Amino acid sequence: MADPNQETHGPRRRRPFKGLLAVSFGLLFIAFYVALIATHDGSRSNDEGIDETETITSRARLAGVSEKRNDGLWKLSGDRNTPAFEWNNSMLSWQRTAFHFQPEQNWMNDPNGPLFYKGWYHFFYQYNPNAAVWGDIVWGHAVSRDLIHWVHLPIAMVADQWYDSNGVWTGSATFLPDGSIVMLYTGSTDKAVQVQNLAYPEDPNDPLLLKWVKFPGNPVLVPPPGILPKDFRDPTTAWKTSEGKWRITIGSKLNKTGISLVYDTIDFKTYEKLDTLLHRVPNTGMWECVDFYPVSKTAGNGLDTSVNGPAVKHIVKASMDDTRFDHYAVGTYFDSNGTWIPDDPTIDVGMSASLRYDYGKFYASKSFYDQNKGRRVLWSWIGESDSEASDVQKGWSSLQGIPRTVVFDTKTGKNLVQWPVEEIKSLRLSSKQFDLEVGPGSVVPVDVGSAAQLDIEAEFEINKESLEKILGNASVVAEAEEFSCEKSGGSTVRGALGPFGFSVLATESLSEQTPVYFYVAKGTDSELKTFFCTDTSRSSVANDVVKPIYGSIVPVLKGEKLTMRILVDHSIVEAFGQGGRTCITSRVYPTTAIYGAAKLFLFNNALDATVTASFTVWQMNSAFIHPYSDEAVRALSRT
Amino acid sequence: MKMMKVMMLIVMMMMVSEGSIIEPTCKETPDFSLCVSLLNSDPRGSSADTSGLALILIDKIKGLATKTLNEINGLYKKRPELKRALDECSRRYKTILNADVPEAIEAISKGVPKFGEDGVIDAGVEASVCQGGFNGRSPLTSLTKSMQKISNVTRAIVRMLL
Repeated sequence: MADPNQETHGPRRRRPFKGLLAVSFGLLFIAFYVALIATHDGSRSNDEGIDETETITSRARLAGVSEKRNDGLWKLSGDRNTPAFEWNNSMLSWQRTAFHFQPEQNWMNDPNGPLFYKGWYHFFYQYNPNAAVWGDIVWGHAVSRDLIHWVHLPIAMVADQWYDSNGVWTGSATFLPDGSIVMLYTGSTDKAVQVQNLAYPEDPNDPLLLKWVKFPGNPVLVPPPGILPKDFRDPTTAWKTSEGKWRITIGSKLNKTGISLVYDTIDFKTYEKLDTLLHRVPNTGMWECVDFYPVSKTAGNGLDTSVNGPAVKHIVKASMDDTRFDHYAVGTYFDSNGTWIPDDPTIDVGMSASLRYDYGKFYASKSFYDQNKGRRVLWSWIGESDSEASDVQKGWSSLQGIPRTVVFDTKTGKNLVQWPVEEIKSLRLSSKQFDLEVGPGSVVPVDVGSAAQLDIEAEFEINKESLEKILGNASVVAEAEEFSCEKSGGSTVRGALGPFGFSVLATESLSEQTPVYFYVAKGTDSELKTFFCTDTSRSSVANDVVKPIYGSIVPVLKGEKLTMRILVDHSIVEAFGQGGRTCITSRVYPTTAIYGAAKLFLFNNALDATVTASFTVWQMNSAFIHPYSDEAVRALSRT
Repeated sequence: MKMMKVMMLIVMMMMVSEGSIIEPTCKETPDFSLCVSLLNSDPRGSSADTSGLALILIDKIKGLATKTLNEINGLYKKRPELKRALDECSRRYKTILNADVPEAIEAISKGVPKFGEDGVIDAGVEASVCQGGFNGRSPLTSLTKSMQKISNVTRAIVRMLL
């Protein structure tokens, strides 16, 4: 508090200073006030927007994981006067899968370092040992002889060093020429900086690779200049360059441009960063879990990551943080400067129209070269689409997809084809075969007994007369250009030539059902286009689960019949169209279409076309994934 | 004397506005005024970066969840006929406190905001489900509506971190 006396009796030299200060403050104050008005004006339109949003949010919107970049929130199914659905333990425990990889409890996310070593397939994964939500991440571990029957092993790596104390995150394995393994992984340091670390098996003679050693000189890579400390993660498997060095790529971003950085190394301990990027695509956001590998243009086998040559194309894949979609593109790799360009720049990696491994719930996928069987195998994280309260109650969250082989589609020359690994057939028990003609607007129960663990392979043919009638009929409007699985209303919307397919996990009365179907539509060029969709909108009456309609166009070549394969395993449905040209993984949480009440139906909802369906349905056995024990390991090693 | 007071006020206002990204950030959310009032009410708000703002809002979610749980506990005695709905709400709000909030804090602090987005979205979901359990006449309406609104605003800010 100023002494009032001082004001009047202070030294003269203070007055002009005070005056100057007062004027400057006054000007700044005016400037501030003006700024305040200006921004407030801007916000007024937001206020009006807010009123709108107010009513929308008061209608209780349900939002799942972001499916599009600037999406709205998913609508709560039913209105707010529908009583909340109460899950009981019987419904929740049914959701656990019989033959998909999942830990005994808690949260899992990205697949890590998959590899084959001394007779065992190894699988590592992001794991939270403490909760059914993401956090406290360490590396879980499991082994199998056949990618299907697993035994869990102790945690492979914990967050016990300063350079990974905030998380032992995603990484990949590389085999050295002498058969030894190096593992590169991202650590979140004690200061939450993302760095790359090197680890290797403690005992190379242990086929179970139980223990891992971290290189004392870690981290081997830190965020380079220009890259933010939290935009540097998920190193790939290394490949050999023509100079004999090892090369890796790591996804990142510059503002909103997704990029992939390239490093060369001889010993995995010191690296030189290339000035060039492997690739970059504007407006795609952060690239997570980048994957880069060769595919043969002509042969159906997989290729080791280091293979290169004229008969080879290279795939760049990235998981888009913004949208939670995994996108890939086919292109050409230039080893001399470590760059890659897509064959078709209009569908470059991460663009909304670019190819996706899977059009459903599927993220952070990672492939590896299986030298045991000469194939490239793809793993992927399949998260939940339910509420976290349910995850907490049931005590677990997330699955892995069934591992898929990945090959170049030699027939279309433009995309990859994925298919569940052959070994899954070992789970097939009894089967039933059917050949049915299904008229327009029919639903046919398929009696296979228990219907929560199924493998269905089907072929469909639209009746020739129906096809000719519709193609020749000018009054049948071309709709292919407008149609999309997501936006065209689902399987109840009837078109001339579809939808038709199967309804899985359905109640007798179809009060809950998950249709997987083809929708054939006439295009403006009078050519037919085929869409493959999974409609989960009526999969459950519960109002706290996300129920999208997934799918995409599927290439069908002249002379091909329409084929689909569906794996049903409790709360996961994996659908493969045209031999795996278009794949859709869905998570569904029926409340009554469970246990004995889950049924299978065949349906044809087309207005005019009759469809012939030839299909086989197998009951699927459990994979009996075992907790860790010596006996379990011994039992598996005998297979 | 009066001059000193006015100058201090101006300086304080300048400190609030200088470097504060609250207003431009809140403009990109579905509820500008809610966003601004929540962030300004926290002393860290004016100097926080986007991550910091997200963490402040998650703190608000945590506070609101705690407050709502206390309200729920109190309602068991006053409205025993609502036990079933209150049980469900209790479960849902405990999820917000024990699962969503810690997940979001860890994810945003460590630079993997997508898991933070999941946690924040889920907080809104849990509040909606709790509200839906009362079939119209809910004693928790304003609290659950608040949670949904804060969840929407927070989500918008978390998405800026992706």
